Amino acid sequence: MTRIKTLETKDLKKSVENGGCGECQTSCQSACKTSCGVANQQCENKDK
Amino acid sequence: MVHCYKLNGYNIILDMASGSVHSVDPVAYDAIEMYESHTQDEIKAFLLEKYSHIPDVTAEEIDELFSDIEALKASGKLFSVDLYENHAFDFKARHTEVKALCLHIAHTCNLTCDYCFAAQGKFHGKSALMSLDVGKRAIDFLIENSGKRKNLEVDFFGGEPLLGFDVVKGIVEYARSIEKQHNKNFRFTLTTNGMLIDDEVIDFANRECHNVVLSLDGRKEIHDALRKTPSGEGSYDTIVPKFKKLVEARNGQGYYMRGTFTHKNPDFTKDVLHMADLGFSELSMEPVVCAPDDPNGLTDEDIKIVCEQYEVLAKEMIKRKKLGCGFTFYHYMIDLTGGPCIYKRIAGCGSGTEYFAVTPWGELYPCHQFVGEEKYKMGDIWKGVTEKDILNEFKMCNAYAKPECKDCWAKLYCSGGCAANAYHASGKITGIYEQGCTLFKKRIECAIMIQVAENE
Repeated sequence: MTRIKTLETKDLKKSVENGGCGECQTSCQSACKTSCGVANQQCENKDK
Repeated sequence: MVHCYKLNGYNIILDMASGSVHSVDPVAYDAIEMYESHTQDEIKAFLLEKYSHIPDVTAEEIDELFSDIEALKASGKLFSVDLYENHAFDFKARHTEVKALCLHIAHTCNLTCDYCFAAQGKFHGKSALMSLDVGKRAIDFLIENSGKRKNLEVDFFGGEPLLGFDVVKGIVEYARSIEKQHNKNFRFTLTTNGMLIDDEVIDFANRECHNVVLSLDGRKEIHDALRKTPSGEGSYDTIVPKFKKLVEARNGQGYYMRGTFTHKNPDFTKDVLHMADLGFSELSMEPVVCAPDDPNGLTDEDIKIVCEQYEVLAKEMIKRKKLGCGFTFYHYMIDLTGGPCIYKRIAGCGSGTEYFAVTPWGELYPCHQFVGEEKYKMGDIWKGVTEKDILNEFKMCNAYAKPECKDCWAKLYCSGGCAANAYHASGKITGIYEQGCTLFKKRIECAIMIQVAENE
C-alpha cells in the first residue's frame, strides 16, 4: 500500500549544476516590499 | 532535515535540502517523524500498538513503508544532506550584476498613513521629487552595471510616485529609447496609493508597466482608520473606483492589491476577502513594519490570531477555487517545479547587491527599507557603489550566514528573511526578526498545503 505521495518538485541539488543564471526577478519587485521570500519567484531560465 | 506538519487534514513532510514535498498517511507521518531518532524496531512496535485497530497496519506493511522511506532517502528526496554551505560562503567571489532599482520618485506623499515605514513618505528627511536627469542617470547606472542580464526591473516608488508622474513618464521613455541597443528588456512596476490615478495613468500603466501595486487595506473602516488624507479624510471612497477602473482596463492582469494589516485587524482574512468580493483577484497583505512600541504593531496575541487566519485564508482559497471564484494571494504563490534554483534560494531578495533603492538625490541604499539609515548609504548613481564593505556585508548575508537559521527547515524558502527587518530587530542584517520568522513559516506551510490539496 502506498502511504507516501511525493509531489513533483524542482530538484534543488540538481540545480547546483545548471542553476545560477541570475535572470530571476528580485523578490521585492513584486508585491511584498517587506517580508520577501524567494519561494514565490519563478525561474526565468527556459533552457534549464 | 525534514519538517513534518499537519494542516487541513493533510500530513505533509518537507525535505529541506532537496525541496521535496511528500503528502503521507498518518502511519507514514509517524514513522518519518520518528525515523532519525528511533530504530526501525522501536518505530514498528510503536506503530503496531498505535494503529492496532487498523487491519492493514501489519508488520509486513510497515516493512514495506520502511523500504519506501529508504528508497526516497537513496534518491535524495528524504532526509537528504545539506551540502550547500560551501556555495553560500563562496559568495564573496561571485559577480553581482545590478538588475533592479527601486526609484524613489517622491520623498513626499499625498496621504498621511499612520503606519508608513517611510514616515509619511519623507523617510525622516527633506521632501523631494526626483528630477528627470537623476532618473535618466539611474537608468544609465543600471544598464552600465547589469553585465549580461537582459531583464531589468525598475520600480517607481516613494512616497507617492504619481506626484512625479511627468518624471516617471520621462524615465520610461528614455529607458525604452535605449533598451534595444543595449540588449535589455525593462520591466516597470508602479506602486501607488491610487489618489492620483486617472485615465492618463491607466493608459500609461497598461502600455508600460509589467506590474502595478495598488495600496488598499481591505474593509473601508480598516483602510480609512489609518490611510487618511492630510485633511483627515479616509481615502477608500476615492481610490476604490479608480483601482477598479485600472484593473478592468488591464483585463485583470499584472497587478496586486497590496494591503497592510496592523494591531487593528489581526483578523486580516476579512480584509483579503473583502477585496476579493470587490472583484480584485490578485491580492497581497503584509504585516505592518514598525517599531516594537508602535501602537499599530502586532502583539504576541495578535500573532496567534494571524497564524490562525493564515490557515482560514488557505482553506477559503481552496474552497473558492473549486467554486470557480478563486483568487491569488501573493504569499501563497509557490511554483514547486519551476521555482528558483538553489543559488536564488541561498542568495535571497538581492538587496544591497543586485537591487538598490535610489533616493531623489541619486543616493544608493540596499533597499527602500534602508533609505534614511545613513550608515547604509552605499554610494550614488554617478560614482556607483563606493562603500564596498557594505556591498560585501550584503553579499555574504544569507540563511547560512545567520546562526539562528542553522537548524531551521524554512531557510531555503525565506533565504534568511528580510535584511532590513533583521537589522531593525537585532542591530545586524545577519540577525533575525522573530515575528517575521513565525509568520513566514506559517505562510509557507499554508502555501504548500494548498499545492498538496490541488494535487489530489
